[in-house]
Amino acid sequence: MRVVIIGAGEVGTSIAANLSSDHDVVVIEEDETRAEQLKFELDVLAIAGDGTSLETQEDAGVDGADMFIACTDDDRTNLVACGTAKTLGEPFTIARVKSIEYLRTWERKHGAFGADHVVCSDLLTAENIVRVIGLPTAIDLDLFVGGLVHMAEFEVVEGSPVAGQTVAEADRFDSLTFAGLFCGDDLVIPDGETVIETGNRAVVIGSPESVRAFGTDIAPDDTTRQTNDVVIAGGTEIGYHTARLLEEQSTKPRLIEADEGRARELAEELPNSVVMQHDATDTDFLAREHVDESDVMIAAMNSDERNLLVAVLAKRLGVKRVIAVVDNTEYVTLFEEVGIDVAINPRDVTAEDITRFSFENVAENLAVLENDQAEVLELQIDADSALAGKTIRELDAELDGRFVVGAITREGSLITPRGDTEIRAGDKVVIFVESEFADELMAAA
Amino acid sequence: MVSAPRIRVDVDASLDLTGTVLTYLAVPLCFPLAVAVYYGDPIGPFAAAIAATLLVGGGMDLLGDEETNLGPREAFLAVALIWFLVAAVGAIPFVVAGNGTTASPINALFESMSGLTTTGGTVFQDFSVHSRSILMWRQLIQWLGGLGILILATAVLSSVGVGGAQLMETETQTHDMNKLTPKISETARLIWGLYVGITGLAILVYFSLGLVGLAPNMDLYNAVAHGFTSVATAGFSPEPDSAGAFAPVVQWAMIPFMLVGSTNFVLLYLFINGQPMRLLRSEEFHFYLGSVAVFTAIVGSALAVDPTITFTAEATVRHALFNIASIITTTGYASTDYTLWSAAGQHMIFLGMFLGGMVGSTTCSIKSLRWLVALKSLRRSLYTSIHPEAVRPVRISDNPIGEETIRDIYAYLLLSLVIFFALTVFIVVDAQRISGFTVSEFDAMGAAASTFLNIGPAFGAAGPFGTYDIFPTSTKVVMILLMWIGRIEIIPVLVLFTKAFWTS
Repeated sequence: MRVVIIGAGEVGTSIAANLSSDHDVVVIEEDETRAEQLKFELDVLAIAGDGTSLETQEDAGVDGADMFIACTDDDRTNLVACGTAKTLGEPFTIARVKSIEYLRTWERKHGAFGADHVVCSDLLTAENIVRVIGLPTAIDLDLFVGGLVHMAEFEVVEGSPVAGQTVAEADRFDSLTFAGLFCGDDLVIPDGETVIETGNRAVVIGSPESVRAFGTDIAPDDTTRQTNDVVIAGGTEIGYHTARLLEEQSTKPRLIEADEGRARELAEELPNSVVMQHDATDTDFLAREHVDESDVMIAAMNSDERNLLVAVLAKRLGVKRVIAVVDNTEYVTLFEEVGIDVAINPRDVTAEDITRFSFENVAENLAVLENDQAEVLELQIDADSALAGKTIRELDAELDGRFVVGAITREGSLITPRGDTEIRAGDKVVIFVESEFADELMAAA
Repeated sequence: MVSAPRIRVDVDASLDLTGTVLTYLAVPLCFPLAVAVYYGDPIGPFAAAIAATLLVGGGMDLLGDEETNLGPREAFLAVALIWFLVAAVGAIPFVVAGNGTTASPINALFESMSGLTTTGGTVFQDFSVHSRSILMWRQLIQWLGGLGILILATAVLSSVGVGGAQLMETETQTHDMNKLTPKISETARLIWGLYVGITGLAILVYFSLGLVGLAPNMDLYNAVAHGFTSVATAGFSPEPDSAGAFAPVVQWAMIPFMLVGSTNFVLLYLFINGQPMRLLRSEEFHFYLGSVAVFTAIVGSALAVDPTITFTAEATVRHALFNIASIITTTGYASTDYTLWSAAGQHMIFLGMFLGGMVGSTTCSIKSLRWLVALKSLRRSLYTSIHPEAVRPVRISDNPIGEETIRDIYAYLLLSLVIFFALTVFIVVDAQRISGFTVSEFDAMGAAASTFLNIGPAFGAAGPFGTYDIFPTSTKVVMILLMWIGRIEIIPVLVLFTKAFWTS
């Protein structure tokens, strides 16, 4: 397949990296130095030029491309690029936008702007944050097979009812698979007898309901099961959408924004939120408004530095869970190291979504866990796949690496895999696998 | 050397518009002329007025310049001039007719201004000395005043963004529509049509009641006369006993027309054109009807427990509702002499004078939307005193109201109350000049509120079946000015007296 990507920023680069091994990828980047640099980083054709220009697109071979992904940091560039691409040929076009306005316009008439799919990064990030809020103690949550399968990573905190139980005791749900357990830096593939201890991080895969129910089970009894008191620091678009989505779930979030005009604008848009105009890093203010007693604090300001500061402050004040938006992919680990419960990177979220959307029939490292110790993959099983026609027990014996089949979807419904479940052609399989074995497994599939 | 400051108002444009309006005033003046011919009354009063209005209007047209554009300042000036000069022309028939108290020019101007501003307070002593055509002119000028204010509020002022129109936009705006149509003249035509339609309906209902024998004295003359002043929330009646002269069923029939006249006409138009929820969900509409209900309940209870009043249950409800609706909508009809009620009832009537109906209607007074915004803003202040950092826009029907609008509303409320207090004191002081004439504080407060807020009847001698003729001429002159200022929402007149308006 021939793929043209406009923009070699973090999102574009990430998508290009995901696709370059199996596809012909052409990247158009306006900045010449960056385009030159990309040639050494990835096995792609990098062209320096304006992605909206017809000439540049012709050079990149858009007329014969199957897929066109516009993911620069500028909304209008992306939309115009898609429109231009449609004049050259019939590639499937995907536009990344920041503003929800364009997404809403596109939703009114699919195909508007010449885009076949529109991805709004701020909205995706906010949706991600809201999903994580909905699962107490979850530190990661990803959706597979169009939302049919959820994968979540939970921390077993002190006082958790499942601490000290065996996996067999803790896993009371039919449609849930206990995929992995992280103890410190070690990855354990659990069996029924494995004992869960405080401080472990458990990865489960299953139906959305069972994952949510498990999330409730694993949380200590004294924590509020229903998360009601949410504080959002920063009235960025992500902060705004998070508040808006929470309002839809009839939560009344508090939103802190320092800029007077922006605070007013947010207050007008969000009738069921409490908007406060103040510096979110002022500890006196946070104490006065009893932010320490809130269930969740989300740091969604416009710089990673400020988000780090707010998140650390909130943690020290005693907020139970702190979720931070981290713009720079490299800082994600740093945030998690200093004790921030969840760090969410908008670019990762966007890249993941675009990749997932565009290549449903190809395996991609859709979720990466714990510093790339393990990955969760979604595999489409073809008739000629090495996995087809085998039971999970057979596969286990056959393959060396450590992996757990988390969920299988067959004709749109979820099948909970057990040892004697047979994998058939046409299935979609969500597999938890240790990273070093991931490539081998993908090759087999 | 100081050079004379340059005048920066295109007076020509204002004069041109005023002249046009005055010229057109000749058309409605033909109606009482026809009535005079029909009843054999002298036609001189109306012929004189027609001549005067054509002459003055034509003269201003000549002086003015049609080519000059009408900006916000010119609009202010034109509005103030139109309201004053139309009232002046309206006074001519009374003076020329020369009957009763209105033979005096000041009294005639009071009657005319009270009519045009849809106030409805009268200086008549004896109704029987006036011809039927003069009485009909008095009704018609109120209908014209109602029409004028509607067009002013819904179409003209919104284009210059002042006064109640700015408020109304917050009530009527949607994502894609601020006005009914993009063109002012088209919007004005729709509103005009609606006003004429409802007036016609009122006349039809009243006349039918007379026709089927439910109200023997409701003849065509009275049906037309009261049709003119119900929807205009104006309140003049050719009968000295106002609505009290008619059968209870007529009073019941008048209540909905007064209430409709005080409803936002843009929302009313949408109500009958497929968007009924816009009106039914309007918070101002709820507040307005809610205040009528609460006041009626309190007055009804006061009447029920009053040993000196022996109404039947139906009459208690009817008189409470009718007079409260009449005062809150700023109509000024009375079904009975409420000055005979207990202090509780009278004080509720007094308080009701300050409410008013909805913006964008023929109503006068302060108006429900202003009170609603002010009360919500006060509640917000209580919240922000606990959470000083909280940002809470004041919302009306889910639409946020700008902070500047809120400040304007506070200023308007304060200004209204200050003028009211000043006028009250002036009435008392001015009365002192005449030996043997004293006005009680309550009567003075009532008369001040009733004229400045354009209600009509007050208390004491100026009660619903009484007259304003008792006040000294100087008081009446001040009242004429304040009716004028109050009707066109204070600011367009007061701004004319600032230096900045003319020079900067």
